[in-house]
Amino acid sequence: MEVESPEHNKEFAEVDINNGAESASDDEEEVPAPGSVTLENENDLFVSAMSPSSIGDVHPLQEVLTDDGDFFIKIVVSDPQKIGDGMGSYLAYKVTTKTNIPKFKRTDFSTLRRFSDFLGIHDLLVGKYMRVGRIIPPAPSKNIIGSTKVKISPQQSEPGTPMNQEWVEIRRAALERFVHRTAQHPILRVDLDFMNFLESDQDLPRAVNTSALSGAGVIRLFNKVGETVNKITYKMDENDPWFDDKITEVENLDANLQKLHNAMKSLVTSRRELSALTGLVAKSAAMLSTCEEHTGLSRALSNLADVEEKMELLRSEQANSDFFILAEFIKDYLGLFGAIKCIFHERVKSFQNWQYAQMQLSKRRENRGRFELANRADKLDQAQLEVDEWQGKVQRCQQHFDDISAEIKREMERFELTRVKDFKANIIKYIEDQMAHQQQIVSYWEAFAPFAREIV
Amino acid sequence: MMDGTDESNILNSPSSTNNGPTLEIASPTSNPLAGPPAATGTATATATNGSGSATSPDSSSSAPVTPAALGENALHVEISDALSEKEKVKFTVHTRTTLPGFAKKDNNVVRQHEEFVWLHDRIEENEDYAGYIIPPCPPRPDFDASREKLQRLGEGEGNMTKEEFKKMKSELEAEYLATFKKTVAMHEVFLRRLASHPVFRVDQHLKVFLEYDQDLCAKPRKKMAIFGGFVKSLGKTTDEILLSATVRDVNDFFENELQFLTEYHGHLREAAIRTEKMTQRHKDVGDAHQKISNALTQLSTTEKGNVETFVAKTAEIFERIKNLETRVASDQDLKLGDTLRYYQRDSDAAKALLIRRLRCLAAYETANRNLEKARSKNKDVHAPLEVQEAETAQAEACEKFESMSACGKEELIGFRNRRVAAIKKSLVELSELEIKHAKTQYEYLRQSLISIKEIA
Repeated sequence: MEVESPEHNKEFAEVDINNGAESASDDEEEVPAPGSVTLENENDLFVSAMSPSSIGDVHPLQEVLTDDGDFFIKIVVSDPQKIGDGMGSYLAYKVTTKTNIPKFKRTDFSTLRRFSDFLGIHDLLVGKYMRVGRIIPPAPSKNIIGSTKVKISPQQSEPGTPMNQEWVEIRRAALERFVHRTAQHPILRVDLDFMNFLESDQDLPRAVNTSALSGAGVIRLFNKVGETVNKITYKMDENDPWFDDKITEVENLDANLQKLHNAMKSLVTSRRELSALTGLVAKSAAMLSTCEEHTGLSRALSNLADVEEKMELLRSEQANSDFFILAEFIKDYLGLFGAIKCIFHERVKSFQNWQYAQMQLSKRRENRGRFELANRADKLDQAQLEVDEWQGKVQRCQQHFDDISAEIKREMERFELTRVKDFKANIIKYIEDQMAHQQQIVSYWEAFAPFAREIV
Repeated sequence: MMDGTDESNILNSPSSTNNGPTLEIASPTSNPLAGPPAATGTATATATNGSGSATSPDSSSSAPVTPAALGENALHVEISDALSEKEKVKFTVHTRTTLPGFAKKDNNVVRQHEEFVWLHDRIEENEDYAGYIIPPCPPRPDFDASREKLQRLGEGEGNMTKEEFKKMKSELEAEYLATFKKTVAMHEVFLRRLASHPVFRVDQHLKVFLEYDQDLCAKPRKKMAIFGGFVKSLGKTTDEILLSATVRDVNDFFENELQFLTEYHGHLREAAIRTEKMTQRHKDVGDAHQKISNALTQLSTTEKGNVETFVAKTAEIFERIKNLETRVASDQDLKLGDTLRYYQRDSDAAKALLIRRLRCLAAYETANRNLEKARSKNKDVHAPLEVQEAETAQAEACEKFESMSACGKEELIGFRNRRVAAIKKSLVELSELEIKHAKTQYEYLRQSLISIKEIA
């Protein structure tokens, strides 16, 4: 785990204040935004950059961070249940936490959260931390078709169609991985909102803009499109070779993982189909068995039908391993690479802000120079004030840029460590799963073999 | 295997024979093809003194088996060589015999698929053989699928790395070889069944087929001929329906057999189709493993140090699993699919016998009616010629029908024994192979897990 450094205190402070100041920052509105930076973000940036850095609860946090080895937090998302009826209904999940992190009031607790709460907490975290260069694990995406099916389906009490159950399970697993990943981050896991999300018995305030079809959702979509365009068009002059290398590396990894993910998806599809086809063979063997007039052969064929039926189940379990251990895992990482690209982009924005502030500063300096030449003492004071103001801004922007650069490096280091660890763990788990499956195959056919040999 | 048209390698089917004179059928001496990785089974079947089924381990090599000096009245047929040309396959049929009437004890002729069809048709149309099950004609060699794949591979050459291309190519070649080998084996099985049959082995057409060193003028069927064949087969089916509707069978055994075979044949066909689909999809599962392996190999190039080794090792594991899964698939195809397909054709041949018998019965009944008619017409005449003729015809029809029934009964029992023995053998081998493969994969995964944990 990384070593706590003074910057952390400051950033944390910024964040806490900034959180409340998001809407209060109208004093910067006369500053025209450079083409590629949205106004809102810029405001945030300046406010946070100007904010004083002093806050009380730094020390317990530091403990958590520096002493990570002894702390654990384990979160389970379980028991999806349908609440309400019709289109207004939703699925709620039980979120159970076990932890020994002292910041939590208890060590073992649970609460009920709905899907949009997960999205809500994700958005809150993004709002707070992305700007300072933290990788926020992405939340699972909304799936209108799937959720509508669940909504339309009859009461949860009676098990829905397998299709729905599968869909619910996929989402449940995705949500669990999302909270788990968030909880692994030393700072995110002790974020007040995140802790509240886990601990509070109360319903969380409805996150208004998580709905895929809401106006806010549409606006977000447009923003995203806009940012993507920026990412493509804007190239900053990179002074730090580390970033150049990292960006190329991330791009390469991302592209390769994309290919891997596609290959895995085709494995899942093939294996699912294999399972279904094996089931059909089982049925045919059963038909043959009833038709066959030779007793021994008939019995063997009926046992063959049994084996193939078991194989059908086993193949579908294999497909589940393929899906949950490999495909979904890689998909998560594709999402994380997306989050990484976002923080790289934040850094670019920070750089742009800094450049912009510098430009403004030289403009004000020119102004001041003109007034000095013209001996306009009345205007000079004002000009001097502006110069001072922009000088401060330049400093803060530069500071922010340096901070985010440093933070990204730390985050990437942490990310790399977890990524490698995760990858190894999943591959090992997958192999172990496959071993168990092969053992089952052996036992199925060993049970069958005598029936084949007994045919006289 | 490929497209449903190329079928069984009947390693196991025709080995049990009726009690005939001494006969020896030995395995084919090595055909010129290197053993493809999957279809390792070579047609090795020996039947001596009609003692029943003989088994051959799957692993038996295709090394030439030189039988000891031939006994009396031995007819030994094998396909010693085969050559695949653009549009046709040329089989070298090697005969060794001590049967009187053969000019040479040891003889080679070159035959094409059409000549096998010719032989089959000559035997099938021979009235004297109406009471026997005619060994089913081997399916037409079909390499179109393989060729097409190779061609597509050539077109897609630019899109893949050299290693991938090489791998794909050698795989397709192996696949082609496997299909080729199967084709050879199926043609050989057809000849062997004839050679081991007490009646067919002394057939004149077979002798010509084995001895005549010129082309048999069996031209590939023209389109019209194929169309004619279609009309013929259509006529045959309506004939069957008509016959089974109009002719009341006097013998329960045959009536039951016909009913049973009709149903059985249907189930076999369905089972064969489903098994083929299953093994096909299983191959796709294998291919997906290969894709994952390729993606992992590529990924390993973007990783560094220990992780690179880990990912490369994982790629290796997936490639190996691919090989193992493909082998499971082709063994299922060989053991289950091919057996089902062969007995689908053989049961059809058995059904054809029953239909011929019904037709014979119809003829017998007509002869009876004619006799009645002749008698009533010539009531007053003493020993009229007409009645005498009708009596002879009736007696002939009766005798023919009786002998056909007796012969058919024996043949059907033979078919049943052959079928039970062959399916038993296939099922035993199938379960042994399934167990073997699963154990191999388990062991491989276990070792991989150890080495991969060492890397991690």
